[in-house]
Amino acid sequence: MARFSRSERLWAVLLAVSALMVVLAHQMPVLRGFPTALTLPLSEALNAVITPVFEALRPIGRLLSTMIEAPLAAIRAGLAWAPWPATVLGLAMLALYAGGRRLAVFALLALGVVALMGYWPKAMNTLALVLISVPLAVGIGFALGALGHLVPKARAGLIFLLDVMQTWPAFGYLIPLLLMFGFGPAAGLAASVIFSIPPMVRNTMLGLDEVPPAIVESALMAGARPGQLFWQAKVPVAMPQLMVGVNQTTMASLSMVIIIAIIGGFNDIGWEVLSAMRAAELGRSLGAGLVIVLIAVLLDRITRGFAGRRRGVAPRWLGPGLMAALVLALLLPGEALLPDEEGQRWLRRLDAWLLGFVAWSAPVFAVLRNAITYGVMLPMRLGFSGAASPMVWGFALSAPVTLTYIAVSLGGVVALGCRAPWRGIGFGFAALVFWTGLPGFPWPGVFLLMGFATWRAGGAGLFALAMGALLLAGVSGLWQPMMQSIYLCAVAVLISFAIGATLGVIAAESDRFSALLRPVSDTLQTMPQFVFLIPALMLFRVGEFTALIAIVLYAVVPPIRYVEHGLRSARADLTEAAVQMGATPWQLLWQVKLPLARGSVRLGLNQTIMAALSMLVIAALVGTRELGQQVYVALSRADAGAGLIAGAVIAAIALVADRLLRAPVA
Amino acid sequence: MVSESIMLSCRALWKVFGPRPGYYFDTSGYRIDPEALVTRLRQEGHIPAVADATFDVRKGEIFVIMGLSGSGKSTLVRCLSRLLDIEHGVLEFEGRDLSRVSGRELTEIRRRKMGMVFQSFGLMPHLTALENVALPLKLQGMARAPREARARKMLELVELASREDALPAQLSGGQQQRVGIARSLAPDPELWFLDEPFSALDPLIRRQMQDEFLRLQRQLKKTIIFITHDIMEACRLADRIALMQGGRIIQIGTPADILLKPADDYVASFTAEVALSRAIRVRDLAQPGAAEGPPVAPEALLETLLADLASGRQRFPVQGQPGQVLEADAVLAVLRRDAGGG
Repeated sequence: MARFSRSERLWAVLLAVSALMVVLAHQMPVLRGFPTALTLPLSEALNAVITPVFEALRPIGRLLSTMIEAPLAAIRAGLAWAPWPATVLGLAMLALYAGGRRLAVFALLALGVVALMGYWPKAMNTLALVLISVPLAVGIGFALGALGHLVPKARAGLIFLLDVMQTWPAFGYLIPLLLMFGFGPAAGLAASVIFSIPPMVRNTMLGLDEVPPAIVESALMAGARPGQLFWQAKVPVAMPQLMVGVNQTTMASLSMVIIIAIIGGFNDIGWEVLSAMRAAELGRSLGAGLVIVLIAVLLDRITRGFAGRRRGVAPRWLGPGLMAALVLALLLPGEALLPDEEGQRWLRRLDAWLLGFVAWSAPVFAVLRNAITYGVMLPMRLGFSGAASPMVWGFALSAPVTLTYIAVSLGGVVALGCRAPWRGIGFGFAALVFWTGLPGFPWPGVFLLMGFATWRAGGAGLFALAMGALLLAGVSGLWQPMMQSIYLCAVAVLISFAIGATLGVIAAESDRFSALLRPVSDTLQTMPQFVFLIPALMLFRVGEFTALIAIVLYAVVPPIRYVEHGLRSARADLTEAAVQMGATPWQLLWQVKLPLARGSVRLGLNQTIMAALSMLVIAALVGTRELGQQVYVALSRADAGAGLIAGAVIAAIALVADRLLRAPVA
Repeated sequence: MVSESIMLSCRALWKVFGPRPGYYFDTSGYRIDPEALVTRLRQEGHIPAVADATFDVRKGEIFVIMGLSGSGKSTLVRCLSRLLDIEHGVLEFEGRDLSRVSGRELTEIRRRKMGMVFQSFGLMPHLTALENVALPLKLQGMARAPREARARKMLELVELASREDALPAQLSGGQQQRVGIARSLAPDPELWFLDEPFSALDPLIRRQMQDEFLRLQRQLKKTIIFITHDIMEACRLADRIALMQGGRIIQIGTPADILLKPADDYVASFTAEVALSRAIRVRDLAQPGAAEGPPVAPEALLETLLADLASGRQRFPVQGQPGQVLEADAVLAVLRRDAGGG
C-alpha cells in the first residue's frame, strides 16, 4: 500500500463507506432522504422576524421609492413624449459616437424594427428602468470598489458580499424588498440595482489596483495630494476598466429589469414576454423576445464602444444629427406617430405559422427529447436502480442484472485503480452515483463527502459554509429540491460543457469557424436570461426538459470561450517543440495543448456551473421540481422566509462549487 | 551641522520588508551591528532591502547608485524620495529631517524641489505629451496658459516640441522617456532622481539619451541621483558611484576609485568587464610634476592618448592645472590591465 498517497487512502476509505451506505440504504429508508422528523418550521420563524423588521423599514422604503420614482416618472414621460423617429435618431447618433458608422446603422435598423413591431412604448418603459438603475448601480459600485481599493482591510468582506449578491437569486430577496417598498417599480429597481452592483465593484477594484506603480509614483513625485492622486491619476488610467464595469452593469441591469417584470405593474417589455408566454402566443413572445435581444445588443455595443474608445474627435455627422433629432422632437406630434396595430397583427399571424412548424417538427424534437430524457436525465435522477424497470428501460432490476452491475463496478475500480489510484476512486464514485441517481444518494454520504472535499480544498470556512447549507436545506425540508437542483445543474453542465468544449476546440483549430462562432456566442452572452426560455418553451412545452434546454443554451458559451482562449494561448514555443518531435495534430491537442490550457478549461467549467446555477431560478418558470421552483413558489405566496432560505441554499451551493473548482487539485 | 554644499545626507538608513519590520529598530541607545542584524533579519523571514546606507550627495554632482537587480538600489531611491517610509536612520534634505515631515509638507517639497524619472516612464496614457509635462504644474494649481507655456519650453529642451499633441502610445520608447524627463524638470527641481531611466531603451538609443542627459546637465546643473545596473553607464555619467549588493553599500567613490581600487572581489568582478582606457580619464592618473609639450585635457579619456603614446611621449602636462602631469607609465599600466583582464 506504500504507493498510495495519504489523500488517496482517505478517499478510498470514503468510497468504501459510501458504498456501504448505498447498500444499507436499500434496507434502511432513513438513509435515503433527509428524515422528516428532523425538520423544523424555520421559514415560519424567519417570517416572524423578517415581516415586522421590513415593515418597520417601510417609511424609509417609501422615502427611497418616492426619490426613485420621481426621476423615473420624468424619464418615462420624456421618452413617451418624444416622437419615436427623434429618439431613434438620437440613439443612432449616440451609437455613431460610441462605435462608428456600422453601429449607427445597426441602431437605426434595430430601433426601427422595435417601432414597427408595435413595441415602442413598452421598450421605452424598459429603457427608462435601465436608465434609472444603471447610474445608481454604477455610482454605488464605484464607491464600494474605491473603498475596497483604498481600505485593504475591507476587501475580504466586500468580496464575500459580492459573491453572495451575485449568486443569491434575486427572486429570493424580492419578497423582503416588496415588504419594504410595497408593490411597484421601486422594489424591482432595488432588486435590479443589488444584482448589478457587483460587476462594477469588481471592475473598479481591478482597474484601480492595476494602475502601474510607475504612474502612482510619478504622480506622487509630481506632488499629487491623495485626492489628486485618485481623481487625476488613478481614475483616468483605470477608465477603460471602469467602462467595462459600466458595460457589465448595464447588461446585468437590463437582464434583471426584464426578469423583475414578474411582479408586474410597469407595462414593460418583460411583462409582455411573460404574458404572451402565459397565453401561449408564440408569435408575440418571440417578437417581444427579439425586441429584448435587439435592445440588449445595442446597449452592449454602445457601452462597450465607450469602453474601447481612446480620446479622439467626434464624427463629422454628430452635431447635425443631434440637431436634426432635436428639431424632429419639437416638430413632430409625439404619440400620434406610433405605427398602428399592423406589426402586432403580423405577429399574430406568425402564431399560426409557428404552431404549424412546432407540430410539424415535433417528431424530430421528440427524438431528441426522448434520447436525453431516457439516456441522461432519468439515469441521473433515478439512478440505474430506478431506471432499470420495464417502464423506463424495458428490463427489470433482477438479481443477475444487479450482480453484473456490481461485478462491472468492482472490476472497473480495480482495473483503473491499479494503473492510477485516482481513476479507480473516481470510477467507484461514478458507479455509486449512477446506481442511486444523484437525488437518491444517501444523505449522510453527501454530508461526509462534501465535508471532506470542502475541508481539504478550502479549510474551515468553506467547510462551515457547505455543512451549514446542507443542514439548512435538510432542516427546512428542502433536501429533495436541493438534490434535484444539483442533479439538474449537473446534467446541464455535463451537456453544455461537452458541447461547448467541443466547439471551443474546433474554434481554436479553425479561424473560419471561430469567426463564425464569435458573433453567435457574443449574442448568446448578451441576451438577458429570460429570453432563453422562449424558444425552449416553444419547442418542448412546460417541463423539466425545457428548463434543461434553456439552461444549456445559456451555459454553453463560457466553455466555448475559455477552451478556445486556453488552446489559442498555449505557448507557441512548446507547440512548435511538440510538432518538431513529430506529434500528430491529435497528439498535439491531447498531450500538449489541453494540458497547457488546463487552468483556462477549469475556469471555463467553473463559469459553466455558475451560469447554470444562475439560470436555474429563471428556468423554474417553465416548471421544475427543484430549489428555483421553491423560490418562485415562495414569491407567489409572498412567503419571505421560504424564499430567503431557498435562495440562501442556492447561493451557498454556487459559492461552494466555485471555491471547490478554484482550489488547487488535492 | 550639514555643510552648505551638501544637498541630501543619509546616515544609517534601513528599509526592511517583512511581517514586522519595526520590531528590530526599537533600540534607542544601542548601536546596531549591521552585519549581525542583516543575518538575523534574513533568518527571521524579513528582507533587508536597504541596510545601513550612509552617504552625502553634494550640490550639483551626479551621484550614481549602481547594483544588480535585487541589490536594493530602487528601494533606496524610493526611500530618499520618501515614496517608501524608512525604518531607521536619518535622512536630511537641505538640512531638514525628511523622515519626519508631514504628508502636506512632503507634497510641497516634491512639488517645488524634487523631480523623478522612471524606468517604465510612468506617463499618463490618457494625456498628450504636453499635458503630461504640464501635469506637475497643474497639480500645483498653476493656470492653464502659464503651465502650457512652461511645458512647451520643456518639450523644446528635450527636442520634442513637434510631438506635443501625441499620446504616449503614439511615441517611441526614447521619445516617451524624453517626455518623462521634461515632466520631471517642469517645476525646476533642485534634486533630480532618475531611476534606471534608460534601461528600457535599445542600446543605440540609450547611448544617445546618455549624451543628451550630459548636455542637459551641463546646461541645468541639477543635483542628480541616478540609478543604474549598467557599470558602463555609471562610469560614463557619474561624478561618484555608490555600489550596492544585498541591500548594503559596499563602496562609494569616483569611477576611477571603483575601477582602479575595487573594495572587494565582488566589485572587482563587476569592473573586470569594463575597458579601462574608455572609462579612466587623465585627471584620475595625474600626479605632481612638470612636463613639456602640448597639454591634455583633464577629462580626456585615456584611449585618446594612444597615438601620442605610440610616438613615444613619456609625460603629458595637464591642461589648466600647472604642476600636474600624466606619466606614460601610469597609462601603460592601466592599458596592460585592460589587455590582461579582457
